[in-house]
Amino acid sequence: MKSLADLEAIRKKTLDQVTLRKDEDGVRIIVGMATCGIAAGARPVMNAFMEEVAKRNLEHVAITQTGCIGMCRLEPIVEVILPDKEKVTYVKMSPEKVAKVVAEHIVNGNPVTEYTIGAAE
Amino acid sequence: MKELSLHILDIMQNSIAANASLVQLTVVEDPEADTLSFTIEDNGKGMPPEMVTQVMNPFVTGRTTRRVGLGIPLLKAAAEQTGGNINLSSTLGEGTVISALFGYSHIDRQPLGDMAGTMLGLITSYEDIDFVYRHRVGKEEYTLSTKEMREILGDVSFSQPEVMLWLSEFLKENEAALYGGNDTESNH
Repeated sequence: MKSLADLEAIRKKTLDQVTLRKDEDGVRIIVGMATCGIAAGARPVMNAFMEEVAKRNLEHVAITQTGCIGMCRLEPIVEVILPDKEKVTYVKMSPEKVAKVVAEHIVNGNPVTEYTIGAAE
Repeated sequence: MKELSLHILDIMQNSIAANASLVQLTVVEDPEADTLSFTIEDNGKGMPPEMVTQVMNPFVTGRTTRRVGLGIPLLKAAAEQTGGNINLSSTLGEGTVISALFGYSHIDRQPLGDMAGTMLGLITSYEDIDFVYRHRVGKEEYTLSTKEMREILGDVSFSQPEVMLWLSEFLKENEAALYGGNDTESNH
């Protein structure tokens, strides 16, 4: 069973890396988490991103939530912003699509065009 | 919404939008009394009395981008279809308390679902908010306080991969223990 004592060990282990990382610009993953997004399945998508990012130990990635951006029929919507790049909007996301987005876009820098809003509209 | 934990995620976003710094969630499953209830209490900006009476109406919303808000009406319908109800009280400048009651064994009660997924997303996304989460099933209970965890973590973020994985496992294990080691509710 995991206990709070494990946290102390994790803190000690990661503290050095954290101080190094603070000035770096990171990747931002923003998941639409309003009523419409949640009802369409945004939570499993977000959890899948968290798992994939943690598994690959990607330390420069921040996953955050946002409200409704007005395209409820295309939810779950996820925006990915790489440093100094234009925002890419993925629509009708599913947990199954997440691994591909992380591998091709976030790690290698090539957006997965077939999942983007441009391909859906 | 297919799960009560999704309603909870949705309603807790209201507390976050109200600039709460502390959000407390208590989920109680009481098979003996045949009820499932949850309460969300925040110290956000609260609502004026006229908003409290109107907020069950889907054509009332706090946001300015659009004129419909479905979160609370959907929760109300979900509770009422199981013979339950919802309750809302709010004081401007002090915060809001919302609670929902469900018939535990009612055929139309949605499963509670993935509470670990709901809490994991909230805790790692909103690091400057303190969450207290209590979950009781019969006589089994556990409590999580992000303040307590943050005191141990110091400057290390919840979104640090190793911390995120630990938190995910911690939540899943504690949820499973409530049901005697099965990973979801026994009455699915």
